[in-house]
This record gives sequence, structure tokens and C-alpha cells, in this order.
Amino acid sequence: MNELLGHFNYWIVIFLMMMGLYMVIASSNLIKKLIGISVFQASVFILYITFGKITEGSPPIIRDNVDVYSNPLPHVLILTAIVVGVATTSVGLALIVRIKEAYGSTDEDDIHDMDDNDDFHIKNNRSIT
Amino acid sequence: MTHLPVLVVVAPLLASALIVLINSRKGAWVITLLTSLFCFYASVNMLQMLQDVAQLSYKLGGWDAPLGIELRIDALSALMLLILTGSASLVSFYALRSVEKEIADGKQVLFYTAFLLVFAGLIGISITGDAFNVFVFLEISSLSTYAIISMGRDRRALHASFQYLIMGTIGATFILIGIGFMYVMTGTLNMNDLAARLPAVADTNAIRAAFAFITIGVGIKAAMLPLHQWLPNAYAYSPSVVSTFLAATATKVAVYVMIRFQLTIFGIEFSLLDMPLDKILMFLGTLGILGGSIYAIYQTNVKRMLAYSSIAQIGYILLAIGLASHAGFTAALLHMFNHALIKGTLFMALGIIFFRFATTELSAMSGTGKTMPFTMAAFTIGGISLIGVPGTAGFVSKWYLVTALLDASLWPVALLILVASILTLIYVGRVIEVAYFRPAPEGQSQHKVPKTMVIALWVFALANIYFGLDSDISMGISTLAVDQLIGIRP
Repeated sequence: MNELLGHFNYWIVIFLMMMGLYMVIASSNLIKKLIGISVFQASVFILYITFGKITEGSPPIIRDNVDVYSNPLPHVLILTAIVVGVATTSVGLALIVRIKEAYGSTDEDDIHDMDDNDDFHIKNNRSIT
Repeated sequence: MTHLPVLVVVAPLLASALIVLINSRKGAWVITLLTSLFCFYASVNMLQMLQDVAQLSYKLGGWDAPLGIELRIDALSALMLLILTGSASLVSFYALRSVEKEIADGKQVLFYTAFLLVFAGLIGISITGDAFNVFVFLEISSLSTYAIISMGRDRRALHASFQYLIMGTIGATFILIGIGFMYVMTGTLNMNDLAARLPAVADTNAIRAAFAFITIGVGIKAAMLPLHQWLPNAYAYSPSVVSTFLAATATKVAVYVMIRFQLTIFGIEFSLLDMPLDKILMFLGTLGILGGSIYAIYQTNVKRMLAYSSIAQIGYILLAIGLASHAGFTAALLHMFNHALIKGTLFMALGIIFFRFATTELSAMSGTGKTMPFTMAAFTIGGISLIGVPGTAGFVSKWYLVTALLDASLWPVALLILVASILTLIYVGRVIEVAYFRPAPEGQSQHKVPKTMVIALWVFALANIYFGLDSDISMGISTLAVDQLIGIRP
């Protein structure tokens, strides 16, 4: 039981990570894919934050009567990764807006069909023979 | 001169911001060109410094490593710098007219900005001595790459860019997880420090998981065969300047990260001998060579064909790494350098074709051997270099690869490489046949081809011949880099 509860954060991380990846793979809607990526990244943020916790450690601010501090470095690292995550999501959303304008759809299956159609026309208009 | 290592990263970063402020198309081009040339000059300079010292180390902000972040340039980094800055200089010279033609008016300035950010990110990856910094620079270059790929005129460029964003982000996040595990087990992020502390904890599942995450993450970025789906469309529909630069550099930087983590950080015993990665890499490499070449034969769009060919060439490099021998690593590095020259030439030639006909379909190229003799001659040089005809750069690296395979008495694989060369001959030969032996259609567009583009193309093409005849420089750096990586030389 202690094993299970003691690693509570890690279970959450694994659950979120798998959920995020599943959303990316399973949904054909581009926005849902992007949300999946965000969830996946968020799980890694939690993983890093959990790494930083040291048993019995207090928050890393120097005080009297405290010997053990949690490790602040993973928090700093993950601040950078969060910024990267925000940037990725915004670039992704910007692309989706452009895709919606160009294709009139945000569904990957529709877009694939239209892409194949484009390929087909290009080949037929300019075939060598 | 002591600040050169940091200047090669800072100069393109600052220049990219400056371009936005100046906001003039010509100005943007001039600044991009000057920045790339400066970085090229700095790389050559640092390469000369490496004759005397084993490596150049730069402490960012004056903080000593391992606490501070360190930039570290050894022979391998110097080789990457040479590939990156050389390609960027030629590409930005070539870019002036190509960008005018292919990118919408209002976006040209932003295009140069994003291009310089990609450049800065790739340079940063190649010279940093800090594992987490690799992730940060990787994302700087990736995010800007998504932006410049999406600037292609074809709407499929948008979809290709989005697919790359999804795959690339998964890859980068995997690398992040791997680095996290390594940090937890060792308490350090500095590469040399990691290398010193990892052996003590190497026999744990956390380190094995870290290794697996990093290998797969980098594999996605390098377009290792089963993880390659993002590449063909991204190369085929992006603007010519972008596909030239990415084909010459981006996947090679990913392979660099793989080599750096395997050899410098985890060490050759752990990564290639304890873990069975040598066999996996050889298998996936061979699969990539054959799969990429066969897919390439079936493409009707020449740009897409070359993209599949890139996957095959990455296969050669991975196969050479999988040999886990001195000769194998040398062949891998040599092929990274030579493949940059080959794909630079071929994609630049296609950029000129696109400039004139607004398509890179094979059928559009009928008769171009007569109507565009200079372009197609350079394309042919790149093509025979890709096949590996003696006297070209492609021959040198294939020769070393086959020798390394025979040293390891793997003659069936060596035989496969010869088969793959025949496959290459088929798909390159098809283009040359259409260009030289089919008549040009009547009433073809009579656009003049800009001289700047042809000059840049020919510099690349002649480099193929030069490094095919005299491989002292490329071979010298590669051997030195491998000596340093596996610890023969400091």
C-alpha cells in the first residue's frame, strides 16, 4: 500500500503521459492532437517537479533550524520547458488556423483526402507519356 | 578571439532580432548573409585553434563548469560547425532571389528571422557542453523550423509542418524525460561530469530507460526509418531555401546528438556493447537504406524523391555507427560531411528548377539538360556523387564504409550497400534521362535563371568534386574527432 501511495505523483505522471500520447495517436482532429501533446508535456513537467522533492526536505529558502532542503534546480529547468511548451502550443494553434483557412477543415482524415486529391491532379495534368 | 565559441551562437540570435527591427527585405538578406559568413569565418578559425589544443571551452557568464553552463568545442563539434556554417553561407547567398519568388511579400523579413533562429539553434546544439542546453537549443531550432516549413506556397506545406510539429515535439519531450532521469541519478547536467558519474549507476533501470528515451527521441529527429514519416512531406513542400538547408544540416545535427550521447556521455561500452544498440542501429540502418531507396524510385516529384533518398543516407550513417569500430565511426562522420555537400547540391538545383517552372515534378524537367545546361550539369555532379562514382565525395565515404564493413567481416551487408547503389543509380538516372534525352515542350516559360543561385549551386557542386579528389581535410577532422570520442587522444 505504501508503495502505491508513496509513488502517487509518479502514477499520475504515467497516467497523464499515456493519456496524452493516446490522444495524439487516436484522434483525427488537429486541435485534439495538440491538446494531447500539451497533456503529454505537462506530465513531464510534473515528473521533473517530483524529482526535486527530497524526503523531509523543506522549501529551498535558507532558514534557521533547517538542514534538509528540496532541490530547486528541477523547478528552474522545468520553467524553461514550460516556456517551450507554451511556444509549441501557440505555433501549433497558429498552424491550425492557417490549415483551417487553406483546407476548410481541421480533421486530419479530410485533409489527407484533399492532399491525395491534389497529388492526383498534379500527376494527371503533367503526366509524361 | 577567446569569445568566438559564444559569438557563433549569439551573432545569429542578435541578428534575427535586428532584422525584425530594420524591417527591410534587402537589409534582412544582407544581415543574414553577413552573419552566416561571420560564423563560417569563426568556425574555420576555431578549427585552426584545435590544431594546438584538444578542445575549446567557454564558461558562460564566468561560472565554472559543472555549476555553470559550458560551451565545449572539440573536433566533432568543429566538424558540425563547418557543415552548418558552410551550408548556411551558401544557402543565404542563394536565398535572395529564391525567397523573393517563393515567399509572400509581407513574410520575407520574418522568413530570414526564422531562418537565423534555426541556424542559431543548430549551432547551439553542436557546441554546448550541457545536456539540458541540448534540449533548449533543439526546441529553438525546431519551433523556427516548423514556421519556415509552413511558409511554402503549397497548402500541403502547412499540413507537413503540423505533422512535423507533433512528431518533433514527441521526440524532444522524450529527450527531456531521458535527461531528467540522468539528472536524478547523477545530480549533474554537464556532459563531462555526467560521463564521469554515470558508470557508477549504469546498472540501473533508470539509466537504461534514460538511454532508451534519448535514443528514440533523437531517432525521430534524425528520421531513423520507422520514425521517418514527417520527413518526406516536410522537405517536399517547404520553400527551396528551407529544404536545401534542412537536408544539408538538420538530420545530421540529430545524428550528432546521438553520437554525442552514445560516445561522450554514456560511453561506448554501455551504449553500443552492453545495450544491444549496435545491432539495432545496423538493422534499422540497413532497413533505412533499402526502404528509403525503394520508396525514392516510386516518386514522381523529384523533391520528394530526394527526401526519401535522405532517409536512405541517414541509414548509411546509422549503419556505420552500429559497427562500433574506429573505422565505422570515421565513415559515419565522413558521410555526414559528404552527404551535406551532396544534398546541398541536389536541392539547390531543384530550387532553380522550381524558380523557373514552379514545380519539381519529374515531367516538368524534360529537356532541361539543353535549356538549363549549368543547373543540370551541377545536378548530375550531385547525382553521381550520391551514387558514389569515384572522383566524387560520395565515393570517399562509401569506400570507407564498405572497408569498415569488410573489416568486421560483414560482407553480406557490404553487398547490400552495392545493391543500394544500384537503386540510387535507378532513381538518379531517371531524372538525368528525362532532363537530357527528352525534348523540351513547346512554349516553355523563358524565365532567366538568376546568376546568384547558379553560382551558389556550383560552389556546392565543385566542393563535391574537390572533397572527392582530396579528402585530407574532411578525413583529418573525422579521424581526430573519432580519436577524441573513443579516448585515444585527449
